[in-house]
Amino acid sequence: MKARIGPLHILGAIAILIWCLLPIVWIVSLSLKPADETATGSPQFLPKTSTWDNYSEVLGNDDFQRALINSFGISLIATTLSVILATLCAYAIARLEFKGKRIVLTIALAIAMFPVVSLVGPLFDQWRLLGLYDTWPGLIIPYMSFTLPLAIWTLAAFFREIPWELEQAAQVDGATSWQAFRKVIVPLAAPGVFTAAILTFFFAWNDFVFGISLTSTTAARPVPAQLAFFVGPDPFNPPASTLAAAAVMVTVPIIIIVLLFQRKIVAGLTSGAVKG
Amino acid sequence: MDDAISKACGSIPRRCARRTTAEQGGFVLYDLSVAAISLAGVSKTFGDGTLAVADLDLDIADGELLVVVGPSGCGKSTVLRIVAGLESPTEGEVTIGGRVVTDASPGDRDLAIVFQDYALYPHLSAYQNLAFALKSRRMGRKAIDKRVREVAALLSIEPLLHRKPRALSGGERQRVAMGRAIVRSPSAFLMDEPLSNLDAKLRVQLRSEIRRLHRELGETFLFVTHDQTEALTIGDRVAVLRRGRLQQLDDPQSLYDSPANLFVAGFIGTPPMNLLLATVEADGTQRIARAGPWRFAVPAGVLIGRVVVGIRPEHLGAPEFVTGFGEAATAEVLVAEAETLGGVSLLHFAVDAQPVSVRDDDGLDAPFTLGSPPATVIAAVDARTQALPESRLTLAVDKSRVRFFDADTGEALRLNGAPSERPPA
Repeated sequence: MKARIGPLHILGAIAILIWCLLPIVWIVSLSLKPADETATGSPQFLPKTSTWDNYSEVLGNDDFQRALINSFGISLIATTLSVILATLCAYAIARLEFKGKRIVLTIALAIAMFPVVSLVGPLFDQWRLLGLYDTWPGLIIPYMSFTLPLAIWTLAAFFREIPWELEQAAQVDGATSWQAFRKVIVPLAAPGVFTAAILTFFFAWNDFVFGISLTSTTAARPVPAQLAFFVGPDPFNPPASTLAAAAVMVTVPIIIIVLLFQRKIVAGLTSGAVKG
Repeated sequence: MDDAISKACGSIPRRCARRTTAEQGGFVLYDLSVAAISLAGVSKTFGDGTLAVADLDLDIADGELLVVVGPSGCGKSTVLRIVAGLESPTEGEVTIGGRVVTDASPGDRDLAIVFQDYALYPHLSAYQNLAFALKSRRMGRKAIDKRVREVAALLSIEPLLHRKPRALSGGERQRVAMGRAIVRSPSAFLMDEPLSNLDAKLRVQLRSEIRRLHRELGETFLFVTHDQTEALTIGDRVAVLRRGRLQQLDDPQSLYDSPANLFVAGFIGTPPMNLLLATVEADGTQRIARAGPWRFAVPAGVLIGRVVVGIRPEHLGAPEFVTGFGEAATAEVLVAEAETLGGVSLLHFAVDAQPVSVRDDDGLDAPFTLGSPPATVIAAVDARTQALPESRLTLAVDKSRVRFFDADTGEALRLNGAPSERPPA
């Protein structure tokens, strides 16, 4: 049952590739152009002379450096906490029978569907009252709350796939419940853990709405929000090439992470545990 | 030797398990007064109200291989899981090595389990699978390595140690799973249908391997299976379970020769025992049961009325080929079907009697189901017997080995003073 690849398939693939990659190529090309080239009315697609000046300018910017640290710190902490909590929660949901299990899952899903913008206003007021405005926790908490439901759902599905007998085998082997969980269940759910982690990290890394609304200084402002403050010296001439360089730089970590972890996100890790 | 037997058996109310092995040429004695595993009045009711095990008393002697067998849903796996501590009994007490462990955690019971689906850790190599339990017990790395290699040699799995479970065949996984059990030298092994996922040939091979391991390790084994052939071939003693209740606990031969009731009679043996309803009449001083073409003397005390007779297929045969039959009765039958198995042929023929069978839902109201005549009887005869379908044939039946069951309760009845009869379990 091998599908034949016809010319139509190839044409379609090329169309999709162009559709997806053109904006990226455009941004990369833009980021390599010197400032005077972008200032002309209609810049051509490829730069006439390419330069790294935009990159060095962005990297040399103190606010951008600060924003990078904020973004990395906030995203990593939110991801770590979210994944740990989601793992424990999903395990309980997959393994234990308790009252209101369905309700918990339904509410969790409902929260994930909640429009982000509708919460920004109330959060802004609350955070100022609680002293969380313009701090790392002020962003970590909403990122965690919004990614937890999805992480829980993903992980619960993975845990359900793991044969319960494995855990019992570990218990009979003398491992405590915690050891059985840590040494047998978590490694087997690794693809799920990585999937959840990447989803959470993407959400936090890409967020703009919370980032711009719940911060006022570089103390906690993440990169996507910081980019909006890149005005450049000439208000009538936005620094398009510098912005493009910054955009490329925030995209690179994501690409690296995906390439690193995509090998981990392989299904069928549990094959061989049972039967055969 | 006889002294030893009577001493060991006489001091305790229960019978000892015995099994002769060719190379030992004698008895293996198990002293039940030091039962390795003991269940007393164990019941288990699940949350949904299902009664899985009902008031079970079971003693497994130190070093014995006890098989629990029964149809699916009879509670046999639950029994094993209660012993393992993966399930806690609703009532009753579990003792292992003289210690009450009813509430102890699985890890504290010093047991090893071989699961039906093996449950090998898929992210660990065979070596690490074996080492896992030893690491949990904080054993040193060198000691672990020594022990793992020792066990691997015992099971001839050394070349597989570096492989992950997914790179192993079914039989190899089974061996690794057994290795993982053996490596910790537990006080008892629990095996939950460990062979049911293997193909027929491998199953037979591993059957004898399990017996070999049992002999070499000298440890207590509790083996659960739904396969009665496996139960008979592997077990020192076999416990037959049905709907959570113990039907009979006996050594394999006694189980086969003297089933305690109609269920065991129909469950043990392939093809199963032929069960027919017979009418009991007085004939002089004797009482005679008449079933189809046969007349059998019934045990004293059986009232005139009905009785169920049980005839094993191999206790029927063409007179010229049978040997070792006691008092035989012959009758001419019309062969309906003949199946050749090579050494023996299975002949199907109809007799004018009501067939008796024990169905899954029997035993709640009536102990068995009565069919309408004629009943199809199966005879396992010598393959040299000339028997084509639709041909007439004279068959002898070994009267001394016919079994009788109470037609009201389904329990076995016993002939007075019959030779080679063992007391009921």
